[in-house]
Amino acid sequence: MLQKVIQEEKRAFMTGNEVVAWAALAARAEIMFGYPITPQNEIMHYWTRLAPKYGKSFLQTEDELSAGFAAAGGVMSGRKAFTATAGTGNILMQEPLSMAEMMRLPVVAVIQQRGGPSTATVIYSQQEVNLTTMGGNGEGLRIVYSTATHQELYDYTIKAFNTAWKYRFPTFVLGDGYQAKMREPLTLYDPEARGIQLVEQEPFVGQKGSPGKDRPPAQYRNTYNLEEELFEKLMSDVRDYEKIIPELAEFQSSGVEGAELAIVGHGVVFRAVREAVNVLREQGIKVCYFRPVTLRPLPVPQLKSLAGEVKKILIVESAYGQLARLVTEAVYGANAEIHTLFKPGVGITSGEVEARAREILQKPLH
Amino acid sequence: MQLQPAMPRSWRVDTKPHKFCPGCGHGLILKCLGQAVDELGIEDRVVYGCDIGCSLLSWDFFNLDTVQTHHGRTTPVMTGIKRARPELICIAYMGDGGGYSIGVQHLVSSVHRNEKITVVLANNTQYAMTGGQMAPTTLPGQKTETTPYGRDPEVTGFPFQGPEMVSAIAREGAYVARGSISNMRQLTGYLKKALVNQIEGNGFSFVEALSACPTNWRTNASETWSFIDKEMHGHFKTGEFKTPGSGQGEVRADE
Ligand SMILES: Cc1ncc(C[n+]2csc(CCOP(=O)(O)OP(=O)(O)O)c2C)c(N)n1
Ligand code: SF4
Ligand SMILES: [Mg+2]
Repeated sequence: MLQKVIQEEKRAFMTGNEVVAWAALAARAEIMFGYPITPQNEIMHYWTRLAPKYGKSFLQTEDELSAGFAAAGGVMSGRKAFTATAGTGNILMQEPLSMAEMMRLPVVAVIQQRGGPSTATVIYSQQEVNLTTMGGNGEGLRIVYSTATHQELYDYTIKAFNTAWKYRFPTFVLGDGYQAKMREPLTLYDPEARGIQLVEQEPFVGQKGSPGKDRPPAQYRNTYNLEEELFEKLMSDVRDYEKIIPELAEFQSSGVEGAELAIVGHGVVFRAVREAVNVLREQGIKVCYFRPVTLRPLPVPQLKSLAGEVKKILIVESAYGQLARLVTEAVYGANAEIHTLFKPGVGITSGEVEARAREILQKPLH
Repeated sequence: MQLQPAMPRSWRVDTKPHKFCPGCGHGLILKCLGQAVDELGIEDRVVYGCDIGCSLLSWDFFNLDTVQTHHGRTTPVMTGIKRARPELICIAYMGDGGGYSIGVQHLVSSVHRNEKITVVLANNTQYAMTGGQMAPTTLPGQKTETTPYGRDPEVTGFPFQGPEMVSAIAREGAYVARGSISNMRQLTGYLKKALVNQIEGNGFSFVEALSACPTNWRTNASETWSFIDKEMHGHFKTGEFKTPGSGQGEVRADE
């Protein structure tokens, strides 16, 4: 059996789904549970081809409920388990991931957004932001990384396992159909060779020793006798979560100082935003960009100070205001005007972002 | 004659008396299950899963590692544990609503894949925890909160035949039986065989236990036993439906 997945760094040119499978292997994931849905399928396809060579396993479950709950079982047994889904599958995934949230289970889920409806255009969207950040019957105590490039799909899938096992909150990698299906160059590496320590997994159940004799039985539940008891448990989780927000929240920004307009976008749309900002700045127009990398937790203090720095904010997304709601809430009270460019389920070019920015700044192209 | 211990060793003494209503069938089924675990001496390897429904009241019932999950989802959680750690012995305990309604796709699929887990299902002919609504197992004419004039099978179907369905789709190697709290020695035997089947890695094992819910049935002790013996036993045959090596045999009736 092959031991080290990636011996030395190598350049690769592959689809995002393939990248995720390699990253999960590099992060020493042990078992994947999945149910077919476009545009996530090839994560399973590559995993099922690669996994047996490295002694890893896979189970195709009867639906996404089962995939998510089995992944919860997998992590409880002390194995790095993960799943991947999209669209309507992401809806079903919210039930198991809500349980993972309440039980503090380090389940990793990769979401390749496609939005609604149940079929038809199943390739691209950014319409699963609400669902992925706050889709459960709880408080959204989870981590969501929104990736923009294949390199990031690789980096953040590895990171997702570490975050999940370190902090014991379910962790999502939020991609989309474009990232899933297109090919792009990236560098594959062994995380440990780069000094990234892989967090060790520990069993919740099935630990060593005889329960009741050598140790108390390990008992995990989703039931509480009193509202107050649940409140105590929940507030202790909320405090844990809030404490780690500064370590977890990630963002990327450039040119904020002196800028009049900040353009905010996440995921693959950020690429168009950055390009537009570069073009506009070359022409002397005072714009900057800000990209939340974690949509949950959001980099709130940084967004607030951004909104204090610039006069106007333009929020760009392939959804009808899902990112915008998060951002406007975060900057509430600041004076910056909020503008939007929403194209739900449709890709956005840098030209469109540039045109919208010019319109807002009343700087038309001559 | 060997005296039965009052409390199985695998029970947690500090959480007794248990949380079920007086006369509830769950406690009796779990007594049989505890005895089966004791007799097999497997407490170090068992992960016990319970559902949402009155089975959840057993989340701290045993001296066993335990996961209490969501309604109907104990089967996939136990499947995940077993797939990830095949050396563990995984028991999924649930009600008839959990197993035959909201989680029936998980039951069917785990049988179909021949998951090496043991599912134990308490049939009390209704949804007890939520206050006595109709379940797939409700008897024709039986009054529940959502069938106040009695269940009409033309409208809502006949009582769900769980072990019959499971044995019809199960592969060679599976163990399928239906016992009853009115014959605890037999039920313990079935549970033990079901666990042995998992330990030996033969395949899926399933035991339905006819149970009692005096609270929602609104029955006294003698009415409770008579409902089980006269009404339930009339619709649900007890016995072994499938044993490893027996092929797709007929139901073997009670001894
Ligand atoms: C997804 C979901 N739907 C509904 C419920 C509400 N609920 C709680 S217990 C229960 C019924 C349990 O009935 P059964 O499985 O037969 O167990 P019993 O209480 O009869 O032992 C229901 C519907 C829930 N908890 N989750
Ligand atoms: S409501 Fe019925 S099933 Fe639930 S604990 Fe009481 S008697 Fe048992
Ligand atoms: Mg019931």
